[in-house]
Amino acid sequence: MEPAARSGAGRAAAAAVLCAAVLAVPALFGAFAQYFALNVLLLMLLALSFNLLFGMTGLLSFGHAAFYAAGAYSTALLLRAGAPLFPAVIAGALCAAVLAAVVGAFCVRHTRVYFSMLTLAFGMFVYAIVWKWTDVTGGDDGLVGIPRMRLGLPGPFDLNLAPLRNYYWFAALLVLASAGLLHRLSRSPLGLALRAIRENAERAEFSGIRVRRTIFLAFVVAGAFAGLAGALLAPLEQTVAPTAAHWTKSAEPVMATLIGGPFSFAGPIVGAVVYLGLKEIIVRFTEYWLLVFGLVLLGVVLAFRGGLLGAAEALLSRRPWMSGPRTPAAASPR
Amino acid sequence: MGRVLLFQGLVGLTEAMYLWLVAAGLSLIFGVLRVLNFAHGALYMIGAYLTYAVFRAFGGNFWVALLVGPVLVALIGWVMEVFFLRRVYRADVAFQLLLTFAFVLILDDLVKLVFGPVYQSPPTPRSLSGAVMIFGSPLPTYHLFILAAGGLVALGLWLFLEKTRWGLLVRATAADREMARALGVRSSRLFTGVFMLGAWLAGLGGALSIPVRSISPGMGELIIIEAFVVVVLGGLGSLRGAFIGSLAIGLLHSYGIVFLPVFELALAYLVMAAVLVVRPWGLFGVREA
Repeated sequence: MEPAARSGAGRAAAAAVLCAAVLAVPALFGAFAQYFALNVLLLMLLALSFNLLFGMTGLLSFGHAAFYAAGAYSTALLLRAGAPLFPAVIAGALCAAVLAAVVGAFCVRHTRVYFSMLTLAFGMFVYAIVWKWTDVTGGDDGLVGIPRMRLGLPGPFDLNLAPLRNYYWFAALLVLASAGLLHRLSRSPLGLALRAIRENAERAEFSGIRVRRTIFLAFVVAGAFAGLAGALLAPLEQTVAPTAAHWTKSAEPVMATLIGGPFSFAGPIVGAVVYLGLKEIIVRFTEYWLLVFGLVLLGVVLAFRGGLLGAAEALLSRRPWMSGPRTPAAASPR
Repeated sequence: MGRVLLFQGLVGLTEAMYLWLVAAGLSLIFGVLRVLNFAHGALYMIGAYLTYAVFRAFGGNFWVALLVGPVLVALIGWVMEVFFLRRVYRADVAFQLLLTFAFVLILDDLVKLVFGPVYQSPPTPRSLSGAVMIFGSPLPTYHLFILAAGGLVALGLWLFLEKTRWGLLVRATAADREMARALGVRSSRLFTGVFMLGAWLAGLGGALSIPVRSISPGMGELIIIEAFVVVVLGGLGSLRGAFIGSLAIGLLHSYGIVFLPVFELALAYLVMAAVLVVRPWGLFGVREA
């Protein structure tokens, strides 16, 4: 029997509930909840873009913060130069896509072990540039005083985004639209090709899929959406700091995705909520929250490779938790 | 000018030795276990902290600390391999990487928790605190000691791998794991041993660094990135590649600071990118089938 979450109607219902919940936040809660919800949404987008590479393609990126930071910094610079918000955010995502194309050209040619190593190395290279190129990035201090004014769309759509509530609507809609796009992408021919590569790259190549080009395309798309998440961060915080490019930032989408479950589209969404919720609680007790999440990650890797959704699905279909057909052992032997 | 260049080269080779110790362990572990240990930089850092702790506990005897500290790191390596890594050898490679990555998060914060987030800098041992005039400039005696230590480790590893029975088994397993197992190599003990040896090398690097580099929680991430550049250069799994790669990166840094101070950091990455384009499997690596 198909579990409800896997059937078409169940999936549509889940998406509707998510959208309703996201859009209800400003009506029901105050500024702190809106700010927190926006942070969850941005991590959601970052994790979804990470999982386009990990869950679908089997490529584990440890340098996703590079694209996040590229989006954040380029949008911040444009806004400080007086650009309207909407074009600045889109430009930020495009800048991240360009960076992803450059980095991707080096990373996608290799085995999966090399891929993870190179993404971390290039990610830290971007961090070092952000840290040292003080004239442009502000170095250690980052960029401060980023304005959040007009949206920059024609006519009645030219909203003033200075109030947090207005910015919430704008950012939330953009994240939901992106999530919808990414979902469409996962069902598209490109998505199927990526899955085929994950299962067996060699066989995919023989069946006519141009493996490298397909992976490269996925890498650039993932970079663009990670950049969009960063671009939306800059006007929210109105400052950007180098920590946005640090490897500990790259670890966040990794942990959110692994907690939620990398083998279903909704995994990173659930994971982002759980991760930031847990973090919010943990930081009240200790500043060593990375230690706690390191232990959580250890537990997930050893016992719950399907994450929360994988465990739930196994429970619903009364399969033993580790033996579902979507468990990683079925992935390619490389 | 020529003498200054030679001297600067010597300084670069010294810096290369720390990198060599880390890259050697990383490459050795990958060659045999086929696991890329992201926590190797963290082991280097733990090596520095533990050696410093032993140094203080034993009334400031550097030599005792140098002997004990890296062995403690090897024991941490034993725990990592026997209780954790061993459970994911059959899983997808991504989960092996994630496991070692989890250890980066854990070890980094654990060190901050135990030793505090501040820098520490212990003194140089008295017998090595002087300086020697070489090429017209004073080189700290400790640098010479580092050069000798790095060279000795390289020689020792070569002798171990080429001349001993254990070394033979390690090479056989690296070359063809299934065949070695079929011929009776007890691979689980071998894996544990190699992982401990790799951890010991990283710990030794950290231990040797404490008199000249200040100890901080961020030292692990710096060296692991450089070690990645080295193994990309030399070829993952090749010890000769790790040695030559370390020397190249060390020299690149020391000359880069003199000639192109602005681009010093980018230089290593540019070289790495060039190698990736021309020889993606590294200068001494074997092309993956």
